Amino acid sequence: MTWIWLNLDLIWDRTFDHLVLSVPAIILSFVVALPFGWLAHRYRFSRAVVLTTVGLFYAVPSLPLFIVLPFIVGTSIRSPLNLIIALTLYGVALMVRVVADGLGAVDRDVRQSATAVGFSGWSVFWQVELPLAGPVLLAGLRVVAVSTVSLATVGAVIGAQSLGSLFTDGIQRGIQAEIIAGIIATVLLALALDGALVLLGRLLMPWTRRSATGAVSRTSAALLEATI
Amino acid sequence: MIFLTETFAWLVDPANWVGASGIPTRLAQHLLFTLVTLVVAGAIAVPIGFAIGHTGRGRSVAVATAGAFRAIPTLGLLTLVALWVGIGLNAPFVALTVLAIPPILAGAYTGFEAIDRKIIDAARAVGMSEVQILLKVELPLGLPLLIGGLRSATLQIVATATLAAYIADFGLGRYLFEGLRIRDYGEMLGGSVLVILLAIVLEGVFALVQKLVVPRGVTAGRPTDIRDGSSRSRAVMEPAIEEGNNNVHSK
Repeated sequence: MTWIWLNLDLIWDRTFDHLVLSVPAIILSFVVALPFGWLAHRYRFSRAVVLTTVGLFYAVPSLPLFIVLPFIVGTSIRSPLNLIIALTLYGVALMVRVVADGLGAVDRDVRQSATAVGFSGWSVFWQVELPLAGPVLLAGLRVVAVSTVSLATVGAVIGAQSLGSLFTDGIQRGIQAEIIAGIIATVLLALALDGALVLLGRLLMPWTRRSATGAVSRTSAALLEATI
Repeated sequence: MIFLTETFAWLVDPANWVGASGIPTRLAQHLLFTLVTLVVAGAIAVPIGFAIGHTGRGRSVAVATAGAFRAIPTLGLLTLVALWVGIGLNAPFVALTVLAIPPILAGAYTGFEAIDRKIIDAARAVGMSEVQILLKVELPLGLPLLIGGLRSATLQIVATATLAAYIADFGLGRYLFEGLRIRDYGEMLGGSVLVILLAIVLEGVFALVQKLVVPRGVTAGRPTDIRDGSSRSRAVMEPAIEEGNNNVHSK
């Protein structure tokens, strides 16, 4: 315990490093996954191609990816950018399937009604399909946020600073409190980002507040766990 | 591009294919470790998952636990257990078993939950005992999702076993850490390529198994869809075809 009080500054610095890695990755995952998810949802052929590709990406273990990626995209191994790109790839891999499923779950009658009252294809997507898929997307993004925060710690073994540095430093110097502090800080950070996403969801989708979306997102989270 | 040739040179160097630190030995360690961890985690998680799925009790606890476990950083758990039990294989074994349990558990109970309740009721109505329902109805129908859970657990174990080379001298991960330490690009990239290939091959095997275990009745099912489709096309197509056939016969 004393170690934690004496090193609050260090923990805070690493938490900041961690945020710099994970927040851009989470946002980018969502942005990049949208068009690919749409592509997977829209055409049968692209669905097979896109979903198989992201499935394979998701299968790639993180540490080898962190090492191989710099040689492909030309960043340095320890640079935060390398980690952000790798984490984004995982986020996209998870999120594309969610986007495709979320869009697929929108009632076809609703889509046709929107077309019938004069929505263009573009505005059907932005004003009808996307908001209706919202709760599913939110559930998926919460999973992405939590797993990104957890995964970012792995970068520490190749020298990229994050809360994971507390683990590598802790084991090298034999300080148990440092590792425990790192675990707690990582979990708290994940919970904080998860909570922030829930709040954001309530702001953007006020209509979901009183309905049973809690149950829906819990089920889809469990299904995600099992299927991905 | 120079890295590509270095990687290739490392991968085909005969010296890397023999001995205690050779690729076959390390690959075998990696695979064996994955298998043992998977079996132990499965032995714990599958019965609990089946119990939750069959009775419907304890589900919310399982969901919350699975969510909490996802937030726990693998590396943190690995290093913490290593401090407790010492450097070696025990720490990764304990840490990985713990991490592999949630996906298997989720696969086991979501597999049961996805089954139409009417099927279970029908099974009970024709006089099946609870054990028979479990083994003859729920198990085969829930198997694809259970395999899905095993699949994501396996991926996680393979990935984390690579990471475990940080604290134990075993598996393909050794090449990554050794290559990083001595700045041998060929070795670290070659090792990475091997781990990635291993993961993708295992993913493919599981995808195949997942397809194969779907009971035949399920793939053949959805009778309403089939009837819908055939009756609609018959209404349009049949006269034309019969006319054609008649013409052929009459000539």
